[in-house]
Amino acid sequence: MSDIEDRVRKKVVEHLGVEEEKVTENASFIDDLGADSLDTVELVMAFEEEFGIEIPDDAAESIQTFGDAVTFIKANS
Amino acid sequence: MFDLTGKAALVTGASGGIGAHIARALHAQGATVGLSGTRRDPLDALAAELGERAHVLPCDLSDAEAVAALPDQAVEAMGSVDILVNNAGINRDGLFMRMSDEDWAEVINVNLTSTFRLTRGVLRGMIKARWGRIINVGSVVGTKGNPGQANYAATKAGVVGMGKSLAYEVATRNITVNAVAPGFIVTPMTDRMTDDQKDRINALIPAGRMGAPDEVAAAVVFLASPEAAYCTGATIHVNGGMVMS
Repeated sequence: MSDIEDRVRKKVVEHLGVEEEKVTENASFIDDLGADSLDTVELVMAFEEEFGIEIPDDAAESIQTFGDAVTFIKANS
Repeated sequence: MFDLTGKAALVTGASGGIGAHIARALHAQGATVGLSGTRRDPLDALAAELGERAHVLPCDLSDAEAVAALPDQAVEAMGSVDILVNNAGINRDGLFMRMSDEDWAEVINVNLTSTFRLTRGVLRGMIKARWGRIINVGSVVGTKGNPGQANYAATKAGVVGMGKSLAYEVATRNITVNAVAPGFIVTPMTDRMTDDQKDRINALIPAGRMGAPDEVAAAVVFLASPEAAYCTGATIHVNGGMVMS
């Protein structure tokens, strides 16, 4: 497991209050992890801060699952 | 009650009659205040009067870039923006049939669009802090309409509808979005009216008099306070009974 994955998972667990085991590659923030739409905006804000990157709105919209987030951050940090 | 110690409030239109009273009232409850407005001199004078916990943040709300920069400037000066009072407003009155596109657009831009932009700009900090107060200053005109003020009335009704929509979105984050809708308030503008004009206005007001700016500021203080946590999407009418809802 990569360091980036760990850090992203930690943020998701922190923000959504879910168990670590639930945060799997294909886990959808909204459908599987109980996030509402504002939670997803907050998660993106948290990722931006954690990794010192800017996530543009159109990219943010495409980040639906934990795997999406990890892939985007790996490619952009 | 209504203790605002440790809270930072950004007030637009703080150089104007009502805005200055709002800033004073928030400051008196212990808040740090960011005084925004287009005219620097009255802002400096107000900051000097308030002493500590007052910061001058001039901004031309018709300038989109200046509006976008204001939230960051306020955070730099005060550490955060916990309370935003969208008080600034302009009017360009004229009969509907003769109203120019420019007069329409200018009023919409300053009163409605800049309110949207500023609010968007402060939300990130409030969401992270899990606390925030957005207070839009509307007008009785937004509820009852007024001949010659189609543009102004549209913006004052507009901020109420906009605020209610946002209130839904951020309610779970302890951020409230409310409006205060003043009626006729004593300001330098009403001071210039003749006694005859004042009598005609007072006849329309059940209370029989115009309101004091402090009476508007008191409603803002309440909505800004921790005690108003359960009050969101509301409009407090401060109009002497002129319109009741």
